[in-house]
Amino acid sequence: MITMQLNGLEVHAEEGSTLLEVAQFYGFPLPTLCHMEGLSSYGACRLCVVELGGGGSSELVSACTYPAVEGLVVRTASERVIRARRMVLELLLASCPQSKTIQDLAAAHDVRQQRFRQEHDSCILCGLCVRMCAEQMTGRAIGFRGRGEHRTIGTPYDQQAEECKLCGGCIYVCPACTLRCTYTDPDRVICGGCANLTPPCLGKPQFHDMMCFMDPCVACELG
Amino acid sequence: MSAVIDMFVRSVVEKHGGRRGALISILDEIQAREGYLPESVLRRVAELTGRGLVDIYGIATFYKAFRLTPRGKHLVSVCLGTACHVRGAPAVARALEDHLDIRGDGGTSPDGAFTLEPVRCVGACALGPILVVDGDYAANVDPAGAVNLLEARRQGEDSLPVAEDERVFPLEVSCPRCNHSLMDPDRLVDGHPSIRFTVSFGQEHGWVRLSSLYGSYTIESGGEIPADTVAHFFCPHCHGDLMGAWNCAECGAPMVPVLVRGGGMIQICSRRGCRSHLLDLEGDAEGPHQTPPNAR
Repeated sequence: MITMQLNGLEVHAEEGSTLLEVAQFYGFPLPTLCHMEGLSSYGACRLCVVELGGGGSSELVSACTYPAVEGLVVRTASERVIRARRMVLELLLASCPQSKTIQDLAAAHDVRQQRFRQEHDSCILCGLCVRMCAEQMTGRAIGFRGRGEHRTIGTPYDQQAEECKLCGGCIYVCPACTLRCTYTDPDRVICGGCANLTPPCLGKPQFHDMMCFMDPCVACELG
Repeated sequence: MSAVIDMFVRSVVEKHGGRRGALISILDEIQAREGYLPESVLRRVAELTGRGLVDIYGIATFYKAFRLTPRGKHLVSVCLGTACHVRGAPAVARALEDHLDIRGDGGTSPDGAFTLEPVRCVGACALGPILVVDGDYAANVDPAGAVNLLEARRQGEDSLPVAEDERVFPLEVSCPRCNHSLMDPDRLVDGHPSIRFTVSFGQEHGWVRLSSLYGSYTIESGGEIPADTVAHFFCPHCHGDLMGAWNCAECGAPMVPVLVRGGGMIQICSRRGCRSHLLDLEGDAEGPHQTPPNAR
């Protein structure tokens, strides 16, 4: 058992657990986006940021990847944490404003607008789909490609991967494409085509043409 | 994929074993042999290592050192680092892209002769803009000079030994004022004694050494002479002014006449980068030639 301080409270944690698990166990809410039970921690979205230590030597770390250590002093909602978290949300809004998940998170943290150049990316590179594919579906069909501003998620050579089982796990976990599945405009409520994966996918050699990836749904053409 | 490559890939993978960190070494060795990483080879590596094509493709696209497309015969790296950038490297890159018909951020020319690769700093900032052709560094390049350099490299592919090409022969020249030889046997350019002049331009003074090979434009200089500068030429022995009465037919700068041993004169244009020259050998029935020898 590890003893540490969480928001001024003395708490106990099991060896090998992460700060995120400890915080959630003790009921301190931490927003997450790239984290999911059953998948390995990736630390991409930085929403679960917490402050370690205090005074002049504190540092910000992502709770989902930081292991609980004896004697740690953790704050999950300090002023600095809140500020960093809101900045992360602004940046996420700037890159992917159409995502219902991100909109909800922003609203929950009272972020109403963002100050950066507005983009409309269809992917925030959170890697949820990559981990879902590899760890839960043992597919290994998609992965990260390139680096820096050219970094994308997809299949090697953009060809339909033999490993892809068309399970749809990647869409299920994607926080960026939820728009297609929970469309807010009543007149254009989702057609359900996304759930019906087989017909449009078959016979298309190019993977990015498939409706089951992050491109707009070819069945309903809403998104 | 040929059986030879297949065997090679197999041996490389076996050599590195199943170590998790070995992938980069494996890809590196394959690229060293093949020049790039073909898709078929990546698929084979995936099979042999059991790592999944996704991982291997991810690594191959992550590192700049790996290429997924074939490379040209010559690799040309143009430095676009900060120091080279402010010294005019973007103009050099644009000139090369236009010349080689390469669009966008590097690539291979349609004839497969050159691969242009923008790089960030090759560690010689004081000499920028830097061009690296097949591992040979060229300092202080300008757009025209860069294109010339590449063309010289292209010619080098099928160059004849100097002695066998009668268009290329060494000249021996002397000062028209003091008749002192201008040849500098202590400093070879193109493997022959160079022709030495004292030059001045603006507030700068220095020397230039020209190749004595008729047909070669190789030039060495003590300090950088900016392109298009008209330099003032002096004899290094009598310090006499060598600027002639004639002007270059192409650029209008004064020509510099010097005596050719054995009779005749050669006039070279005093403008840096202009290749115009006039060879007038006495008794030559064809009269003055209007072909390439020496450039400033």
